[in-house]
Amino acid sequence: MSGPKPPPPIDDDTRAYWAGLARGELLLQHCRDCGHVQFYQRALCGRCLGARVEHRPASGRGSIYSFSTVHRAPSPEFKDDVPYTVVLVELAEGPRMISTLVDTPPEAVRIGQPVEIVYDRVSPEVTLPRFRRAATPTTS
Amino acid sequence: MRSYKGQVAIVGVGETPVGKVPGRSALWFNAEATRLALEDAGIDKSQVDGLVTAPSFVAPFARMSVAVSEYLGIRPTFSNTLNVSGATAAASVSVAAAAIHAGLADTVVVCCGDNMLSGLTRDLAVKALVESRDPQYEAPFGLLVATTFALTAQRHMAEYGTTPEQLARVAVVTRAHALRKPGAQMTTPITVADVLASKPITTPYHMLDCALVSDGGAALVLTAAERARDLRRKPVYLLGGGESYTQEHIFCAESITTTGAAISSRRAYAMAGVGPGDMDVAGVYDCFTGTVIMMLEDLGFCKKGEGGPFVEAGEITHGGRIPINTHGGMLSYAHPGLPGGYFHIVEMVRQLRGEAGARQVAGAELALCHSLGGGFATNATIVLGTEPNG
Repeated sequence: MSGPKPPPPIDDDTRAYWAGLARGELLLQHCRDCGHVQFYQRALCGRCLGARVEHRPASGRGSIYSFSTVHRAPSPEFKDDVPYTVVLVELAEGPRMISTLVDTPPEAVRIGQPVEIVYDRVSPEVTLPRFRRAATPTTS
Repeated sequence: MRSYKGQVAIVGVGETPVGKVPGRSALWFNAEATRLALEDAGIDKSQVDGLVTAPSFVAPFARMSVAVSEYLGIRPTFSNTLNVSGATAAASVSVAAAAIHAGLADTVVVCCGDNMLSGLTRDLAVKALVESRDPQYEAPFGLLVATTFALTAQRHMAEYGTTPEQLARVAVVTRAHALRKPGAQMTTPITVADVLASKPITTPYHMLDCALVSDGGAALVLTAAERARDLRRKPVYLLGGGESYTQEHIFCAESITTTGAAISSRRAYAMAGVGPGDMDVAGVYDCFTGTVIMMLEDLGFCKKGEGGPFVEAGEITHGGRIPINTHGGMLSYAHPGLPGGYFHIVEMVRQLRGEAGARQVAGAELALCHSLGGGFATNATIVLGTEPNG
């Protein structure tokens, strides 16, 4: 029996990110000084150290940069989930993120495959950004 | 640029029994390996004034290097519990060499030990590892540490045509090496078919593509080169060292198929004044089979993308271009967590002393050791040689 998964420890850097996901928006940070787009959320720009980083909704589209189907659960909480496919998604805006695929059999997963975001509400506070196969390719 | 080239030597090595060694603590594995290394060096513990170790997964000590020193009854004036995950092994040797070269210590023990197999259940070990992933951006998705490495292998296969059979071949060769190393955890030969038929863990990796979980400890004794010449063992000189820390999260890596190992090894070769073609034997951190293939490329033993065919052509064993992990590595000798990478260094010292018995690479004069961790977040390389000038 899988127990509940520990909730992500939300902090001042990431509060807006999780609030965005809860209302159905994947936020990326854009630097108003140098134009850098970054993931994950920080209080400063990882390229120029400027503090003027603002959250903007991402398209939610991207492609599979790499993947791995997990057959052995990392901890008891994930035992009921295996096999699941972890994906490294390259977003249309440039940054990459870790997620899992939904509605996709492991044997159908390919690097380069277009994907789109699915908002998976696991609690009132936590909505996880997952991905599914997209019909049309992204224009990244 | 300043350099410790030829200034410091490894003068003693020690290894505890490895595999399943029940009833022993992480402190004991550190202390026993150190006792054996001092005995090997012919140095009394009273002469040790520095100690560098790494944290234990199992033991709760916040100051592991101080706890190990106390257990051994020594009071060093230089102490460091270093943690750059898997890269700690080679990085610790560099830190110890730098401390000696800078006059902070004369004789430094570099040790590491843990009881990952007996002290921690397999599930707890894996749980400890998954909890080392980012709790907001990685852990909610069930990202096993193994999965970070699997993502790199999957991409390497797509970019360069590396095959599951080539990955498996690394495990097969390493197992054959372990059969010649007394005390190795794994003692039966395996085939490519065995690897491919073993349980899938995180694709493309099967159980036999993954390093072991073990108990064990290893230690090295380092001192200044001028002192090393008067000791009982043939000194093995530190010729070069380099490190690279490129990202914490796998999703922040610029490339997942070319790693910081390319940087750390370039720095180590430059300090030593040698190149990959000069190496006679190597110890390459082998947490997974695909890791080895990527490292052969980034360490310069073959071109980018040619690691798979290089392994298939028999280049990583005796008679090949660069025999690696002649003791069996973490895939087949032992992998007690952070100590895993130290056994490669012990083995390279034995190779350069000409003491490797049935595993000896004839006439080995130059060796490379590379350790890495955290899905290629951390990389450290050292170059060792039989002569202080390389």
